[in-house]
Amino acid sequence: MTRLSKPLAVLRGLSRRRRHRLAPVVLLLLALGATGGAYAAFAPTGKAAAAAGVSTQTLEQGRDLYLKNCATCHGLNAEGSGTDGPSLIGVGAASVDFQVGTGRMPAKELGAQIQAKRQFFNDEQISALAAYVASLGPGPAIPSDKDLDYSNSNIAQGGEIYRTNCAMCHNFAGSGGALTRGKYAPSLKKTTPRHMYEAMLTGPQSMPVFGDGTMTPDEKREIIGFLKTTSAEPSPGGFALGKIGPVSEGAVGWLVGLGALVACAVWLGAKAR
Amino acid sequence: MTERIHDGTAGGTDDVQGLPETTDTTDAPHGDGDLATRDGHGELPARFENPGLPAHVYRRSDIDPKAAIRREREVATFFGLSTLGTVLFIVAYFAIKPAGKSGNDLLRTVGLETKLLGLGLGIALFCIGAGAIHWAKTLMPDDEIISVRKPMRSSDEDRADAIAALKDGAAGAGLGRRKLIRNSLLGALAPLGLLAIIPLRDLGPLPGASLAYTAWGPGKRLVTDPTGRPIKAADVPIGGVIHVQPEGVDEMAHPLNERAKATTLVIRLEPDEITDPKQKKWAVDGIVAYSKVCTHVGCPVGLYEQQTHHLLCPCHQSTFDVTKDCAVIFGPAARPLPQLPLAVDSAGYLVSSEDYQEPVGPSFWERGRR
Repeated sequence: MTRLSKPLAVLRGLSRRRRHRLAPVVLLLLALGATGGAYAAFAPTGKAAAAAGVSTQTLEQGRDLYLKNCATCHGLNAEGSGTDGPSLIGVGAASVDFQVGTGRMPAKELGAQIQAKRQFFNDEQISALAAYVASLGPGPAIPSDKDLDYSNSNIAQGGEIYRTNCAMCHNFAGSGGALTRGKYAPSLKKTTPRHMYEAMLTGPQSMPVFGDGTMTPDEKREIIGFLKTTSAEPSPGGFALGKIGPVSEGAVGWLVGLGALVACAVWLGAKAR
Repeated sequence: MTERIHDGTAGGTDDVQGLPETTDTTDAPHGDGDLATRDGHGELPARFENPGLPAHVYRRSDIDPKAAIRREREVATFFGLSTLGTVLFIVAYFAIKPAGKSGNDLLRTVGLETKLLGLGLGIALFCIGAGAIHWAKTLMPDDEIISVRKPMRSSDEDRADAIAALKDGAAGAGLGRRKLIRNSLLGALAPLGLLAIIPLRDLGPLPGASLAYTAWGPGKRLVTDPTGRPIKAADVPIGGVIHVQPEGVDEMAHPLNERAKATTLVIRLEPDEITDPKQKKWAVDGIVAYSKVCTHVGCPVGLYEQQTHHLLCPCHQSTFDVTKDCAVIFGPAARPLPQLPLAVDSAGYLVSSEDYQEPVGPSFWERGRR
């Protein structure tokens, strides 16, 4: 039959009038909501069990985070991509804890040097990432609290070791300094002892590697003790001018000090109105 | 003799006098003399009239009594601030008590006390001076005073008297007559020049060969600076840097001089990053050692950038490429850093196989003549 029978046509007309024109949109939203809700309800939550030693769940979470956030530059199997990111096999948990913990990774702008930023992952996610990368190949481990305890360290010797090995890049007080072509050694004033230890151990970016064989853990603790103690000390003059030495001190001396003297000299010679 | 001059009228208006008129009366062809209408010959008038001083400019405090009272108050404010500064000093001295504190607390307290004492004393002294200056500038008389220049030449009588006195004195000394005194005086004065010349010997002795050789030699162990530990080749990580001195440098004569010459930087590269055959021969499995004394002016070249293998000197930014035998790639250094030949002893510790094969550090005249 080429023509619908009258009763069917009437019913169709009725149903057309009964459907609101926005009904398909509402139906689509409901379907999406149902799918999302079902996923949220049934997908694994990723809350790793706080167990001693690394659980499979942590490794899984780490691998998951790695694939979503790091694989673009560091490769699907952490083999590196040549131009964008080096291989992570053998860098160890300490590297990951340092780079991700200081916010340097995930990298945002690829300039002369990757900068420290606000921490992007929470501590638990960082542990998972570190555990995953550590499982790829043996490398330096995250230092324990005992490794970082400098309360019995010879801080004066730490100052001497710091002066010989670190001060030429990081400045005598840890205020940081310039390297070539836009690279720089960052300020250490706000760095935590753990990140200091890990940086010495792994040698991030331009920094050389100070392995435990050439700079013993005791010496590392002494350096950390020296930096933390001197940065907590108040400056005798009240304002240390950034602890960068003659440049800022000279600027204040010449501009403020000499400027005030010149202003007084001008005032002395000017005729009163 | 001095005279106070007040040109112009009272009231403080500037009375700029016109340009001087000439009193020249010669008939020679020349311009009007008025500077504004010189003719092409460019002649100046023979004499100027003294234009006198410009009109005295009166201050507000000279004219307006209310302004004078305001100035008085300003001066009094300065002196009042000075008193406050003194009070601040005394209060800070007695109120801030560093006794019994220790550590950072003590430093903070002493710091605060010092700052307040300094502030109080500074304000007290400065404001007395500032008040006095302000008083002098705004209220004390500021009339122009003329002091006439006196003639310099003495009278002829005085001149004759002076010459006669000199002649009498010379005759009294009798230097011309008493030849023994004269000759012995000359004999004593002449050798005084030697007293200035002979101590020049202390500019020496010349360094001789001491700049050409360092404390390194065959079999000298590398020890960390400043802790003095020997280093095993296996312990050096790739990308690692160690600052080293020769073992026993502190027991030598003139240890600081020896340390300054012998200071060395050990860097571990990947073995295939080294292409230069001499560099490879003197390296141990990718571990190379270079003098830390810059060949430009002698600063310690310690800034090693691990990723680029560049060694930067902080003083004048000479940059050396470690993978190219420390060739200079930027900056004022003229020569690459000398390399220290390395070897490993029987226990696995890094040793130098011989001294540096060229003098370390900046250039000097005798450098090629080792």
